[in-house]
Amino acid sequence: MALLKLEDVHTYYGKIHALKGISITVNKGEIVTLIGSNGAGKSTTLRTISGLLAPRQGQVLLNDERIDRIPSHEIVKRGIAQSPEGRRIFPRLTVLENLEMGAYLHSTRSVTYQEDLERVFTLFPRLRERVSQKGGTLSGGEQQMLAIGRALMTRPQVLLLDEPSMGLAPVLVEQIFEIIETINAQGMTVLLVEQNALQALGIAHRGYVLQSGRIILEDEAKVLRDNETVQKSYLGLE
Amino acid sequence: MAAEANAQTSAQAVRRPIAETLRTVFGPLVQLLLFVIGSAIALSLLVILLSLVQLGARPDLLTRTLTILPQVLIDGLVRGFLFSTIALGYTMVYGVLEFINFAHGEIFMVGGVTGAAVGLFLASVGLLEGMNPLFFVLLVVLIGMIVSGTLAVTVERIAYRPLRGAPRLVPLISAIGVSLVLQDVVRLIMTNSPLGFNARYQSPDFGPPIRLFEMTLGDRPVPIIISPKALVFITAAVIMLIVLNYLVNATRLGKAIRATAQDMSTASLMGINVNRIITLTFLIGGALGGAAGALFGLNVGTVNPYMGFIPGLKAFTAAVLGGIGNITGAMVGGLVLGFLEAFVASYLSLFTNGALSGAAYADIAAFSILILILIFRPSGLLGESTTQKV
Ligand SMILES: Nc1ncnc2c1ncn2[C@@H]1O[C@H](COP(=O)(O)OP(=O)(O)OP(=O)(O)O)[C@@H](O)[C@H]1O
Ligand SMILES: [Mg+2]
Repeated sequence: MALLKLEDVHTYYGKIHALKGISITVNKGEIVTLIGSNGAGKSTTLRTISGLLAPRQGQVLLNDERIDRIPSHEIVKRGIAQSPEGRRIFPRLTVLENLEMGAYLHSTRSVTYQEDLERVFTLFPRLRERVSQKGGTLSGGEQQMLAIGRALMTRPQVLLLDEPSMGLAPVLVEQIFEIIETINAQGMTVLLVEQNALQALGIAHRGYVLQSGRIILEDEAKVLRDNETVQKSYLGLE
Repeated sequence: MAAEANAQTSAQAVRRPIAETLRTVFGPLVQLLLFVIGSAIALSLLVILLSLVQLGARPDLLTRTLTILPQVLIDGLVRGFLFSTIALGYTMVYGVLEFINFAHGEIFMVGGVTGAAVGLFLASVGLLEGMNPLFFVLLVVLIGMIVSGTLAVTVERIAYRPLRGAPRLVPLISAIGVSLVLQDVVRLIMTNSPLGFNARYQSPDFGPPIRLFEMTLGDRPVPIIISPKALVFITAAVIMLIVLNYLVNATRLGKAIRATAQDMSTASLMGINVNRIITLTFLIGGALGGAAGALFGLNVGTVNPYMGFIPGLKAFTAAVLGGIGNITGAMVGGLVLGFLEAFVASYLSLFTNGALSGAAYADIAAFSILILILIFRPSGLLGESTTQKV
């Protein structure tokens, strides 16, 4: 069943036509990945879904309800969380305060809040050790963990991840992908944007290939991995 | 068994340590206190040193310096808290929108005029005479806060929000326009009402000055006095600063304000309604400015439509002095500037033997600081990195 659906979405930055008719379907329980080179429009797609950008044409549907005309803080309430490109941790809030901001819509006194927090700390034990540290002083990898943890604290139905492996050491990349799989195994639907196409296609169920604002390929992840164009342009294989 | 023990330790780790909460709430206040004491001591030592240097030529200088010193310190506190409470309005709005709300001095003025209007109204219905002075203070402060807070929010809606996303200079010009409009509208209202252009701020009798203590200099007793109105001003300002500190540093709303100040679009991804936070920022800043206006008017006894201009500029100086956008910085900057001004106003003519009138040069001192800070330390006394912005 389609949880999230984009139908012929066009998004602009002023006069720049960044998305030229994108259609994407994300089913419940899936990991779907969006790959493409720099400037293809991957981040723009995620920002359009989370309401930071409004599409000029087309629609975004969550559980068959249109969400493309409501502000981003309302979209979070409906169940879409985004871990943005570049992490965007609140630098002068502590790790715990950052997580509390993720839970802004929920009571921090509730038992479920404690459980959510516990779940994040189980996924990312490093964060537990650093609860009182200011977000801006974390290492890049720790900030990435915090960004994902913070997004999970909103209790989403769909998790949008924008290049979670960016700038991380290979071991940590490995670890982040494992964690994404774990989160997915626990029932979370994930839309994953990645430069690291090989690994993204390794954990995803399906994938879309984006090129200058258009989708040029879509298929099962396995099939995409064997696709010649994909291998040449995105996997660096000959 | 093992699982249970595990769950227990983790639950403890998750809970915020009490010490940390205390630190976030009281840390800034302690910092403020240190700056107050520090600048009071530094300036006092400076004037004592200066009088010792001139001791040969003018033997009476030291006694005269010491005689007025406690009074100067009290004066510095009053000025300091005045600047602090106004500076908070500048700094909070700057922290969130990176925009200097130059109409904030007029928001302060409206608080003062509102207080005077309340006094006039109470007098005209005959209630003012027997009223408890503290109740009167509470009344004017509350009404001043409501009127100024509402006005600040309205100004943001009408004059700033439509310009969001425009180049930075545009809302700044709009703010200057708002400032002129408010001055003239208030002037129109005042001159066409029983208040008049220079309105007397009527209030119940606050009683005689309070003798704090008496010190003896040589064989002369010198009483240290404080006017009840100044005492009320200081007390009210301290309470407001404590409440604001708690609000910003320890509540969910305060965290949302800080998150919005740090990264507006990411804050909206957390479910924070950014527009509401901006409104709230103007409301809090406006209410603080209004309270300061109502108290300041009461303290000096008269109000007029242009009374907000100079205090507004000085509070802006204070905000820059403390590091604009930094809440603790605004408080610290206000108090340091207040002390500096009080010392210049009282001691300049004494040390130059009357050649320079201190009162006239106090303004120059304040604005020289603004220029010096902008040149040498644009990030302010507390800097960006040492303490959080909003
Ligand atoms: N704020 C903006 N203003 C104007 N143009 C923008 C803006 N943000 C992105 N663009 C343009 O939109 C296009 C798509 O950008 P987008 O950030 O979505 O790419 P991306 O696929 O995420 O690339 P990357 O892999 O480098 O992150 C690019 O051509 C970019 O220059
Ligand atoms: Mg991108």
